[in-house]
Amino acid sequence: MKSLEELRAIRAKMQGKVGVRAENADQIRVVVGMATCGIASGARPVLTALSNAVQEQNLSEKICVTQTGCIGLCQYEPIVEVMEPGKEKVTYVKMTPDKALEVLRLHLVGGQVVTKYTLSAAQNNTN
Amino acid sequence: MMPEISLNILDVAENSVRARASLIEITVSVQPKEDRLSVTISDNGCGMTADQVKRAQDPFFTTRTTRIVGLGLPFFKQAAECTGGSFRIDSEKGKGTTVKAVFILSHIDRMPLGDISSTIHTLIVFNEQIDFKYIYEYDDKSFSLDTREMREMLGDEISFMEPEVSLFIWEYLDNNKRETDGGAEI
Repeated sequence: MKSLEELRAIRAKMQGKVGVRAENADQIRVVVGMATCGIASGARPVLTALSNAVQEQNLSEKICVTQTGCIGLCQYEPIVEVMEPGKEKVTYVKMTPDKALEVLRLHLVGGQVVTKYTLSAAQNNTN
Repeated sequence: MMPEISLNILDVAENSVRARASLIEITVSVQPKEDRLSVTISDNGCGMTADQVKRAQDPFFTTRTTRIVGLGLPFFKQAAECTGGSFRIDSEKGKGTTVKAVFILSHIDRMPLGDISSTIHTLIVFNEQIDFKYIYEYDDKSFSLDTREMREMLGDEISFMEPEVSLFIWEYLDNNKRETDGGAEI
């Protein structure tokens, strides 16, 4: 069995490194809908994929991944919202872990909105 | 409908988060000899009145304002009862709520437990302000994870979101689950 004692070693290793990741005003906020509708349509793997990738790529200073409740667009879940300071909110719909990683690469890192996955693209398709 | 029991747990535990609980206790107990899988989710949140408990089991009841159906608890109730198991909610206004679902393990309609380690990991890492106690039992073996003990070892300054810590939590849950149930398909 793994023991919680390992946390003491992590603590010692991280001494002095803490505090650098405090929230800052330029941070991009990425919000995943995690209510019944989101969870039932596969939001958990999307949240995990995004948050793991942000950590692995050392982007947590620039990007903050969090969760929220029902956004009111249940038919479009899993939904990922991107809030960038000074820019209009972008709503990505029907996300999968792969699509979310594409959004991370192209939009959050690359700065280009991935139009094909946005709410407005999905609404135009059905109209 | 949720495809896995673990997603129902994630969903119902989010109710506890919204009920402003400071402690959420989740127990998953798999008892092959008794042909039972039981899940208990217990919180010290705002609780419900008897009338609200009754209405919470109605698919068309919710306190949200973003939509008019709730569905979370009724999904969980139906998933348990359709295996011949049972479901109950005990709640007291101002004290907290306990939800218990019992599944018949071998029933053909019982959905798989699913990725319970990821569910618990998600709850712990993304709700750092809340304490969690998780117990996983298989037959006579068990392991537990208490975030209050984790805090004690880790100190107050390091976030569960830190990559090293988040990874440790996931490995702890995953390894210890496998050692507890011997990698059984549940």
